[in-house]
Amino acid sequence: MAKEMGQLNEEKVFKDPVHRYIHVRDELIWRLIGTREFQRLRRIRQLGTTYLTFHGAEHSRFSHSLGVYEITRRIIEVFHKRPHWNEEERMLVLSAALLHDIGHGPFSHSFEKVFGVDHEDYTRAILLGETEVNEVLRMQGSDFPKKVAEVIEKTYHDKLVVSMISSQIDADRMDYLLRDAYFTGVSYGNFDLERILRVMRPMEDGAVIKASGMHAVEDYIMSRYQMYWQVYFHPVTRSAEVILSKILHRAKDLYQEGYTFKQDLTHFRSLFEGEITLEDYIKLDEGVMQYYFQIWLEEEDGILRDLCRRFLDRKLFKYSEMVSVSEVLKLSGYLEEAGIDPKYYLVIDSSSDLPYDFYRPGEKEERLPINLLKANGEVRELSRESDVVEAISGKRRTDHKLYYPADLIEKIDDSQLKRKIKHILKKDERDLR
Amino acid sequence: MFDDHLKVITVIKEAGEVVGRKKLQKMIYIAKKLNFPFQEKYEFHFYGPYSEELTLRVEELCNLGYLLEKKEKVSGYSQYRYSLNEEGEGFLASYGTSIPKLGECIRTMNEQSSRFLELVSTILFFYHLPVEEVTDKIHTLKAKQKYTKEEIQEGYQFISQLEGCIMQ
Repeated sequence: MAKEMGQLNEEKVFKDPVHRYIHVRDELIWRLIGTREFQRLRRIRQLGTTYLTFHGAEHSRFSHSLGVYEITRRIIEVFHKRPHWNEEERMLVLSAALLHDIGHGPFSHSFEKVFGVDHEDYTRAILLGETEVNEVLRMQGSDFPKKVAEVIEKTYHDKLVVSMISSQIDADRMDYLLRDAYFTGVSYGNFDLERILRVMRPMEDGAVIKASGMHAVEDYIMSRYQMYWQVYFHPVTRSAEVILSKILHRAKDLYQEGYTFKQDLTHFRSLFEGEITLEDYIKLDEGVMQYYFQIWLEEEDGILRDLCRRFLDRKLFKYSEMVSVSEVLKLSGYLEEAGIDPKYYLVIDSSSDLPYDFYRPGEKEERLPINLLKANGEVRELSRESDVVEAISGKRRTDHKLYYPADLIEKIDDSQLKRKIKHILKKDERDLR
Repeated sequence: MFDDHLKVITVIKEAGEVVGRKKLQKMIYIAKKLNFPFQEKYEFHFYGPYSEELTLRVEELCNLGYLLEKKEKVSGYSQYRYSLNEEGEGFLASYGTSIPKLGECIRTMNEQSSRFLELVSTILFFYHLPVEEVTDKIHTLKAKQKYTKEEIQEGYQFISQLEGCIMQ
């Protein structure tokens, strides 16, 4: 097949709907793709519960990871033989690009919150522990796995290398915007990737964009802004996420209360007991989770059964704009009075995004700015050159919503209590204070 | 439902006033690393551990009318001051629960500069590594801050001091 961890005798290609082809010439990359930990990413959706809103969003973290690798590979081609780019870092940055999401669990946002785990810790554990990924990485050098972990954790000494994977215009974001737009079927996530790649240049503190490419970057930032509010924070998706999180909460609470489940909880036991091993973690994927949601439909516990049914049959919670805290607490009391446990049936969910920002000394979001390289060699921060970006720079948009089961509220017999609940839910954001 | 919000309010209450978003970010990160029950997820950013979730939580608290955020100009850039208003005090009094030892740690941290807390939080981020390696990391990743070996040593002493407060 190939020489020892060098180039493959023959280039391998993956067909990809976003980049057309993903090219693999390095044996290291080919072997990493073949590891069980990387193959597991096929069974984890890139957008979690978004498929319940946009039915096309079934794509996996596997395809996204290949996409990030491909964009990084193309950036390296542009950087080749240019000042500040060290060709010796090539395999490091390609490996980090490919493996940046390796530690993600199934439906990771809710999963991590409920079980108090962190995908970054599992990324590190998979890279450095006794895994197939680690075995392959070590063939490149004994300290190579550690370096890959540092790049992904953003603590590697070479800022240019880190910025290619994690910055405000990096291979990760560029792939997920295009891929998520493609699979959800929305039109606003698109931008001219080809143009951005052609105008990227390496500098000591990170990649910069030739000033002539400013409009392509403006388009990328606006795409990002649109995707966050039209896709990522879609209230229906958030509702599914809220229910998913409550299923996991309920199952965990029941386990801790000593409830006897009808079926054995093989995959969840160590999680519920807070002693999850790396091997247990790797075994979990969305197929496993969905299997449990199916069997929990047969459980005696009404809340667990109801939440699983809602998730599987897409009978989601309704939402309204956030009301004041005192009214939320009042609402919580009314629901309890009506026999609807607010712990599982009343949720406040907030979404917030900052489309672009630049670092202001000592304050703000600590983001690395996008810099433009002018023809005279001067480097200027993007929002100082672009009126479009300046208009949205540093402007955070936040949305708070209240999720509740409208169908259960409708069924409340006590009409006075029902009226009080509905009265609060009809209030809007103007009553926030 | 508001447990995590109440913990942030408790920090502001104990501090009296926190000057600077960075300072608040680092204070809560340090408290979390000292095993106080904060849930906010932190990542290493170019300027140290940072939590987007905490930024959102603080914004929510300001929107809900429990925290006061005062923006002021200091040598060319914006600085934010956080304090509790009457509603926040009332909310905390009605629903807050006490977190033993937190107050003393928060007040001790609040007396320090934001630059020093950035150093301490960075040390804690790499706490699993040997001191020499942490020192190298700080000198590489925070070259522009120019932290001296003495400052790094003080950072370690400060962590021991905070651990001591908790052990008492």
